[in-house]
Amino acid sequence: MDEARVLLDVKGLQAWYGESHILHGVDFSVREGEVVTLLGRNGAGKTTTLKSIMGMIGKRTGSVQFDGQETINLTSDRIARLGLAICPEERGIFASLNVLENLMLPPQVRPGGLPVEQIFELFPNLKERISSQGTKLSGGEQQMLAIGRILRTGARLLMLDEPTEGLAPVIIEQIGHTIARLKQQGFTILLVEQNFRFASTLADRFYVMEHGRVIDAFANADLAANMDKLHDYLGV
Amino acid sequence: MFNISTQALFAQLLVGLINGSFYALLSLGLAVIFGMLNIINFAHGALYMMGAFCAYFLLNVLGVNYWLALILAPLLIGGLGAVLERTMLQRLAGLDHLYGLLLTFGLALIIQGLFQNYFGSSGLPYAIPQQLTGGQNLGFMFLPNYRAWVVVFSLTVCLATWFAIEKTKLGSYLRAATENPTLVRAFGINVPRMITLTYGFGVGLAALAGVLSAPINQVRPLMGADLIIVVFAVVVIGGMGSIMGSIVTGFALGILEGLTKYFYPEASNTVVFVIMAIVLMVKPNGLFGRA
Ligand SMILES: Nc1ncnc2c1ncn2[C@@H]1O[C@H](COP(=O)(O)OP(=O)(O)OP(=O)(O)O)[C@@H](O)[C@H]1O
Ligand SMILES: [Mg+2]
Repeated sequence: MDEARVLLDVKGLQAWYGESHILHGVDFSVREGEVVTLLGRNGAGKTTTLKSIMGMIGKRTGSVQFDGQETINLTSDRIARLGLAICPEERGIFASLNVLENLMLPPQVRPGGLPVEQIFELFPNLKERISSQGTKLSGGEQQMLAIGRILRTGARLLMLDEPTEGLAPVIIEQIGHTIARLKQQGFTILLVEQNFRFASTLADRFYVMEHGRVIDAFANADLAANMDKLHDYLGV
Repeated sequence: MFNISTQALFAQLLVGLINGSFYALLSLGLAVIFGMLNIINFAHGALYMMGAFCAYFLLNVLGVNYWLALILAPLLIGGLGAVLERTMLQRLAGLDHLYGLLLTFGLALIIQGLFQNYFGSSGLPYAIPQQLTGGQNLGFMFLPNYRAWVVVFSLTVCLATWFAIEKTKLGSYLRAATENPTLVRAFGINVPRMITLTYGFGVGLAALAGVLSAPINQVRPLMGADLIIVVFAVVVIGGMGSIMGSIVTGFALGILEGLTKYFYPEASNTVVFVIMAIVLMVKPNGLFGRA
């Protein structure tokens, strides 16, 4: 994997919600074409890390380089236009938009996004419910919609925040297949997951977060050797 | 009551429709602004008045006719609105409604005070454009052309706005940003610019209503202050933030007011507020409001 270049490089990232200091210097990187997973207990700062990279947190310092370009001082709309996209933890499906409008909402930021037909092929459920109100979909369908809509945009780095949260095993499996296929197609994916078994089938590398810092990292190949430590970190 | 004259009834209905047109244009602008900025725009009446004054000056200083003023005044006053948003309202983003309300209320007082200082309280005449003078004798009533135009044009603008917001791509950005601006921005859309343009658009609608009203009601510094109180009642009845709700409620209450003027004139000035009180008790989010 060493030959692939670094697409996302995060160094000393700090972030605040108002007065509360949440990230205390996060360091990690993602190479082009990799699936990298952030692990960590509830409240470790995983979501905040994704939002900070995306520029959705007002106060942040340190360095976030995307494809060599510094983004720490850019607004989130400019960051998106560089080719990053987020699928938020709460899914963020819009109630006042129908399924098609939700799917078509994010503007194309670069060439190379999936055509809509291919997104419907990945998630046939969406096609059947195209004119339903977005929030009338089931949790699983909403998750598919939240992932599907960022595939259209041509973003090269997809950040997925707990895409399996609260979903049935069969849907988790479908989302797993989708992520694997996206990786095959060359997308780079930064995944936040609590579902460790799910992540272990997809990720090339793992970072473990605690109290707003990255405290450990290992490759999928070294997973077995790190299992005890990991159980400790995650408290499982 | 016993000697019902249809002529008078239809005359009051027409007055109601005209007022309803202004209510609808103004409450529509308020609804659009509230949706995006979360601000109750108390300056709306003053900006409506400025629209009328703008048309007046365009005509009397620059010789620009009514038809051009109908386009230029909303653009100019809407542009002024965009500047107000950029320089003042934007600083209130994320704060309680109350701050926006106080700021825009202050702006309204300043604008109205300035105009009153220079133009007193009496009305300046603005002639009906010559293409629309005269009227049609419909048999049961006489319909002045200009009034028919105001109703038809206002309704068209309202429905076009509804269509643009509910059925177009641009409208889907607007609806989405109303719900979750942070996420829409993270998709690559310049939400702050959208907010500025939305405020400018809402203000432009008010200015348009001002131009339409100039030949009917003359041009007066306090024309907006008088009207806006009723418009706020309309907004409360229709429900803040609902686009179709504000249009339907605007026209319906105008008509209701007209009918009241015919059947029970003593109540014509209060009927809207009575309805507002009832709606507030029964359905506090308004007839079309989302909980
Ligand atoms: N909007 C907010 N305002 C203030 N504090 C917040 C906000 N969102 C999160 N926090 C705090 O920031 C810390 C990190 O939260 P974050 O959501 O990043 O954790 P996480 O690792 O994603 O957790 P989870 O696994 O539960 O999703 C937590 O202590 C949380 O309470
Ligand atoms: Mg989280």
